[in-house]
Amino acid sequence: MSVTKPLPHDSGPLHVTGQARYVDDIPTPANCLHLAFGTSSIARGTVTAMDLDPVRTAPGVVAVLTADDLPFANDVSPSIHDEPLLSVGTVHYVGQPIFVVAATSHHAARRAAAKARITYAEEAPILTVDQAVAAGQYFDDGPRVWQKGDTDAALAAAPHRLRGRLEMGGQEHFYLESHASMVAPQEGGDVVVYSSTQHPTEIQHKVAEALGVPMNAVRVEARRMGGGFGGKESQGNALACACAVIAVKTGRPVKMRYDRDDDMTITGKRHDFRIDYDVGFDDTGRIKGIDFQQYTRGGWALDLTIPVADRAMLHADNAYLLDHARITSHRLRTNTQSATAYRGFGGPQGIFGIERVMDHIAHTLGLDPIAVRQVNYYHNMGPVRAGKVSGNTTPYGMEVRDFILDEMTEKLLADANYADRKAAIADWNAKNPILKRGIGFSPVKFGISFTLTHLNQAGALVHVYQDGSIHLNHGGTEMGQGLFQKVAQVAASRFGVDVSLVKITATDTGKVPNTSATAASSGSDLNGMAAKAACDTIRDRMANCLAELHQCPVERVRFEDGKVRVGDNEMTFEQAAATCYQNRVSLSATGFYKTPDLSWDRAKGQGRPFFYFSHGAALTEVVIDTLTGENRILRTDIIHDVGRSLNPALDKGQVEGAFVQGAGWLTTEELVWDDKGRLRTHAPSTYKIPACSDRPEVFNVELWDGENPEATIYRSKAVGEPPFNLGMSAFFALSDAAAACGPNYPMLDAPATAERVLQAVKRARG
Amino acid sequence: MATIKMTVNGRERSGEAEGRTLLVDFLRQELNLTGTHVGCDTSQCGACVVHVNGEAVKACTMFAAEAEGAEVVTVEGMANPDGSLSVIQQAFQDHHGLQCGFCTPGMIMSAAALLKDNPKPTEAEVRHYLEGNICRCTGYHNIVKAIMAASGQDVSAVAAE
Ligand code: FES
Ligand code: FES
Repeated sequence: MSVTKPLPHDSGPLHVTGQARYVDDIPTPANCLHLAFGTSSIARGTVTAMDLDPVRTAPGVVAVLTADDLPFANDVSPSIHDEPLLSVGTVHYVGQPIFVVAATSHHAARRAAAKARITYAEEAPILTVDQAVAAGQYFDDGPRVWQKGDTDAALAAAPHRLRGRLEMGGQEHFYLESHASMVAPQEGGDVVVYSSTQHPTEIQHKVAEALGVPMNAVRVEARRMGGGFGGKESQGNALACACAVIAVKTGRPVKMRYDRDDDMTITGKRHDFRIDYDVGFDDTGRIKGIDFQQYTRGGWALDLTIPVADRAMLHADNAYLLDHARITSHRLRTNTQSATAYRGFGGPQGIFGIERVMDHIAHTLGLDPIAVRQVNYYHNMGPVRAGKVSGNTTPYGMEVRDFILDEMTEKLLADANYADRKAAIADWNAKNPILKRGIGFSPVKFGISFTLTHLNQAGALVHVYQDGSIHLNHGGTEMGQGLFQKVAQVAASRFGVDVSLVKITATDTGKVPNTSATAASSGSDLNGMAAKAACDTIRDRMANCLAELHQCPVERVRFEDGKVRVGDNEMTFEQAAATCYQNRVSLSATGFYKTPDLSWDRAKGQGRPFFYFSHGAALTEVVIDTLTGENRILRTDIIHDVGRSLNPALDKGQVEGAFVQGAGWLTTEELVWDDKGRLRTHAPSTYKIPACSDRPEVFNVELWDGENPEATIYRSKAVGEPPFNLGMSAFFALSDAAAACGPNYPMLDAPATAERVLQAVKRARG
Repeated sequence: MATIKMTVNGRERSGEAEGRTLLVDFLRQELNLTGTHVGCDTSQCGACVVHVNGEAVKACTMFAAEAEGAEVVTVEGMANPDGSLSVIQQAFQDHHGLQCGFCTPGMIMSAAALLKDNPKPTEAEVRHYLEGNICRCTGYHNIVKAIMAASGQDVSAVAAE
């Protein structure tokens, strides 16, 4: 069986030879037009005059469109029609598209766009959490509150009480391939769209609205992305819609690729958060009651802010059983890019809040931060499933029936030699006045499923050709995570053939309709199951045909090792396919899957939004320079739960990459807006992505040996997002190193840049 | 517009370019060699690395006209003459040194340049050398491993994994 094998990424040979095609690599027809947006230079106000003549007369320009020129819907929002493709006169952030230029080359379009003369009536922008709260700028008509137990009483009765505030920045996706779309006009007003998108169906939907045609007139194809990380869930709509409108208007193919600066200036990023906490606890650090106030800046339009903020609330508990908890979420509208999906989708922000609380409690009581975490853990799944423990429920009323972090933590601490290293670090710090070491731990329990229950569905289309080769298509998209490879391994396993017989094909709305975004880590769970269903339908038809031909019971038809065994007869899969074809068996099938047992009442904040939880734990050691705040990660040990891995090599790669990206979020990656609302960090020269030399010097990653107790595809678990959270261990190690400098809790905020580490050292010293 | 000639992957090639046309655009648009990627447009990410007269160059920092008459090698020219994968290419495949693959051509070109000058680099040297190549997906672990393997060194000890 090819599942569980560490096979390489299916596109590997194409990538290493430069043959893999991204959207911008598709051969462009000779008369192709290229687009660029002209964007707002102010954060809030009204356009009072716009002179586009210099743009129209610039070399190579073929057309310039403003909102008035759009024939149908002027909207690219994935949620509530509040995001015009082109401004209708008011502007809401620096970088908002106001007009679009079509020219004969990418550079000609960009140069022309810069020539516009626009004047504005400027208003004072709302940029910060405090400004937005003061102005009452709430999405979702005000704060949302979910609670469990009696938090006020528990706080009042607790032996110890602590209040604090944690600020955490957002994050630029920096998928290495910036956004791109190409649209080829077809006969009768139809279009074919090639897009670097995690959500082909949404592109189809928004393009259909923009063209005033039904969805069946739009076909979207997406072979691969050069990274997505959530940034290509909704943010590609604008490019696809602009290309489509101009393609239909001019009858020419149209392409748009954001230059990196444009990409960073125009598109949304991870939501930044402020979390205020008020916690009561006992002498062991066990939490008695906790109150969280989560504030997030959603930017100018709604986009996905509601489900992101919901997921932050749903992860406010992380791995800890809270008897009395109140979580209040403030979703704020600000004059900045519309914050969007980013790996973890609010989950990491919620988790980071309670991890800070654990750390703060431990420092206050003088206890080991890991011990404090352990006394607060949920109960293990063994006793829970055996009925020996009850009340193992989340703040939103879901029973936790698969918790294994207690065992995983024990193993990690033993394997990474925690106790000895902690003592050694204390010794080392006592001898070194300037450099200080620190060690930090972070666990993750991450809920798997879309919280919008209807999104938990997927389809697949499988053909077996008469020569035995297999064509596989499903609704998931490939952004490097290896989804196509994993699903191909599933398909090969169902037919008992080598994975080389399975042709992986581009995601295509014409083959599998009504797909959900490849997001929420759900890609292989959903699409693997859908592909399995399609394969099994064909396999059953083949088995019935062959059993009848050979006069044997259908149970005695087996597909394994590239062979089909029918009773005592044996044939190749190719022969079996040919025989079935000649006997007029349909060798094509669709498959469909919907995640079972979900029920979620969002208004009440109660139910079972997740099918299961994924777990992981990390231990990281760092060293800081207390004179400059500079720091290095010395060692990271990770143990991560992917159930029974569909492909351990790909899963480990996801864990490694996610850790580095998560550590980047909380350490070097800082987004800076000035007081005019201009993003000053709009290129990798000013926005620091982890480089090869930033990764831990020692990096041990192990997959937990287990299986998903829920009936997922081959008992595997999702992997994309959960390990992102493990980067927090690096942050807490930095905090620990700062704490070694003095008696006070350092109150480190994120990202822990050298400047913030230095301030934390000062605070620790008092 | 002027006609520019250079040897690309062993073949004489020519195409039209303005004085300000970047080498990366010339390769991608005039010669249809789209394996050289544009990741940042501003010489930070390394996705566009090619070899010009044997030196690794970010093709977005050089004008096409500056490469007039030069010997240019892109990722498309890195396979063995019989079309099989070169040692470096094979190592990236075998050690999972890629995910989305967008950084891969630049990584391969940088790795080749490193190994030409330093056939047995230490792990620290590899990491330092690759500072100009960003990968957002892999966390670099398997990239370092692949390059160490391509240099014929034992990778079982890379980062103690
Ligand atoms: S595109 Fe040349 S270095 Fe990024
Ligand atoms: S594999 Fe995606 S950027 Fe390196």
